[in-house]
Amino acid sequence: MLGWQILIDGFAISSLYALGATGFTLIFGVTGVLNLSHGGLMVAAAVGAWAAGSYWGFGALASAAVGVGACLILALATYGLIVRRLQLTTKIREEEKEIFILTATLLWGIMIQEAIAYLFTNNAKTVLPIVEGVVELAGVRTPKNELFTALICWIAIAGLWLAVNRSRVGKILLAASMNPRGVTLLGVELSRVYLAVWVIYGALAGVAGVLLGMFLGVSSYSAGPLTASAFSIVVLGGLGSVSGSLIAAYVVGYLETLTAYLISPAYREIPALLLLVIVMYVRPRGLLGRR
Amino acid sequence: MARAFGPLLIALVVAFCLAFLPLWVSGYILGLLTTAYYFGVFSMAWDLLFGFANEVNFGPTFLIGLGAYTAGILDSLYQPPIAVCVAAGALAAVLGGVVLALPALRVRGPYFGLTTLVAVLILQNFIVVFADLTGGEIGLTVPDVISVSDKVNYWIALGFMSFSGLVLYGLSRSPVGLILQASGQDAVQAGALGFNVVKHKLASFIVSAFFSGLAGALMVFYLGVASVGTFVDIAVGVQVIVGAVLGGRRTILGGALGAIFLIGAGELLRPLGDLSNFIVSAVALVVVLVFPGGLMGLLGGSREAA
Repeated sequence: MLGWQILIDGFAISSLYALGATGFTLIFGVTGVLNLSHGGLMVAAAVGAWAAGSYWGFGALASAAVGVGACLILALATYGLIVRRLQLTTKIREEEKEIFILTATLLWGIMIQEAIAYLFTNNAKTVLPIVEGVVELAGVRTPKNELFTALICWIAIAGLWLAVNRSRVGKILLAASMNPRGVTLLGVELSRVYLAVWVIYGALAGVAGVLLGMFLGVSSYSAGPLTASAFSIVVLGGLGSVSGSLIAAYVVGYLETLTAYLISPAYREIPALLLLVIVMYVRPRGLLGRR
Repeated sequence: MARAFGPLLIALVVAFCLAFLPLWVSGYILGLLTTAYYFGVFSMAWDLLFGFANEVNFGPTFLIGLGAYTAGILDSLYQPPIAVCVAAGALAAVLGGVVLALPALRVRGPYFGLTTLVAVLILQNFIVVFADLTGGEIGLTVPDVISVSDKVNYWIALGFMSFSGLVLYGLSRSPVGLILQASGQDAVQAGALGFNVVKHKLASFIVSAFFSGLAGALMVFYLGVASVGTFVDIAVGVQVIVGAVLGGRRTILGGALGAIFLIGAGELLRPLGDLSNFIVSAVALVVVLVFPGGLMGLLGGSREAA
C-alpha cells in the first residue's frame, strides 16, 4: 500500500523534475548558458496561469496557455536583454563571460521573483487543474491531476526527443551543440539557432511551471529552490546530457519521496543533496556527462 | 607601486573619517552601518575567490554560517570568553573552507558553483534538523554580546573591516595575488611556469574562509542572535555576491563599497516593501550589463579594464 503510494507519487514528482530540468540542460548543451533565472521563469508561468484564472476568469486550459505564454516572453527577454548583450559585449573578457552570465541571470531571477511578490503577494497559489477528481490506482486514491501531470511531462519530453532527433531544426541544434563554428560554416545563422533554443526552453519551462502550479502550488519563494533543484538534477545527470537529466530526475524524485514517506518530510532534501556531493567527488562530470 | 597604494590610501582616509561619524549621527544609522561593515568583509572575502582565484563560490554563507553558528553554539553551551568563541568560529570556517576547496581542485566553473550551493543547502537543512542545538528556524540567542553601546559596536566593525580590507588588499597586490590570478585564468600555464596552483588556491580558500567566519562570528555577538535568515540563507549569499560584483570585481575594496551601498539603498527603499529588492537587483543588473567594472571601475575611470 505504502509502496504503491511512494511509487505513484514519486513518479509524478520525478516526471515534473525531469521536464523542468530538460529545458535547463538543453540551453546549456546548445548555447553554453546556465540560466539561474530558471526557477523565476517557472514561478512566473504558474502565477501567470493563476492570475488568468482568478483575476480574469479564464478557463483552466486558457489560463495554462497564458502561463506558458508569459514564461515564453520572459525567456525571450532573458535571452535578448541579458544573455545576448553579455555574449556580444567586448567590455568583458571571453573566459569571464560565463561568470557574468551566471551573476546577471541570478539577478534577473530575483527581479522576476520580487516583481511577482509585489504584484501578486508571496502567498502560495494553486493553479486551477485541467482535470479534476480522483481515481483508485492499486488501492491508492490518486488525484487524476497527478497522473495528468506525469502524462503531459512525458508527452512534452517525447515531443522534444522527436524534434531534436528527427527534424531538420533539431539536427541543426544538435550540430550547434557539438561544434558551433562548424555549423556556421555550413551556412546556418547561429543566432537564429540560439533563438530557437530559447523559444523551446521558454515553452518547456512554462509547461513545467504551470503543471507544478496545478500539482503542488507555488509562491514567489519557490523560485530559488526550483533553480537549485534543476541545477542539481542537471549536474547529477551530466551537464548537457538530456538522458542523464531524465535519469537524475527520477533518482532525486524517488529519493525525496522515499525519505519523506519513510523517515520524515523534514529530511526530504538531505539524501539527494548528499548523493549529489558524493557524485561530485567521485565522478565530477555526472552520471552521463561528456564534458 | 603608486597605482597599488592610491586606492588603499583613499580607503584608509575614508575609514578614518568614518570613525568620527558616531559624534554626529543617530544610533539607528550606526547600527545600519555596523551591519553593512560586516557585509563589506563578507564581500571582500568573496572577491578574493571570485576575482583572483576565478572560483564562483555560490555559498559564501556556508563559511559565514559555520563561523556564526560555531561561535553561537559554543557560547550558549559553555559561555567561554567571547574571544574564544570568535576564534572557534573562524577556525570552523577555515576547516569548512578546506572542505569546500577539495572539489574546487577537481571540478571547474559551474560544477564547483553547484557544490558550494549544495553546501549551503546541506548546512541549512542540518541547522533546521538539529533544532535543539541550533535553535532551528527561530534562531539561536547567544547569552553574551560584545557591547551594548552602538558606538563601540560601530568602531569594532569599522576597525575590523579596515583591518580585513588592508590584509586582503595587500594580499591581492602581492606576488601571491598575482600567482593566484594567473592560476585562476589559466591553471595549466601557471602550473607550467612552476607555480603550485593547488597550494595557492587552497591558501586563497583558507584566507577567504577565515575572514568570512571571523566576520560571521563577530556579527553574532553584535546581533545577539544567530538565525538562518541572517547568516545562512541563499538570499544572504546573493547579497554578498551582488555587493562584490556591484563594487567591482578584482578590486577587493570595491566589495566593501558595494555592500555598504547595497545595505544603504535597501534601507532607503524599505518603505517600498517588496519593490525595494526589485529596484536594488535591477540597479545591480544594469551595473553588471553596462559597467562590468563596477563602482570602483566607475570611480577609477579606465584604471583597469574588467
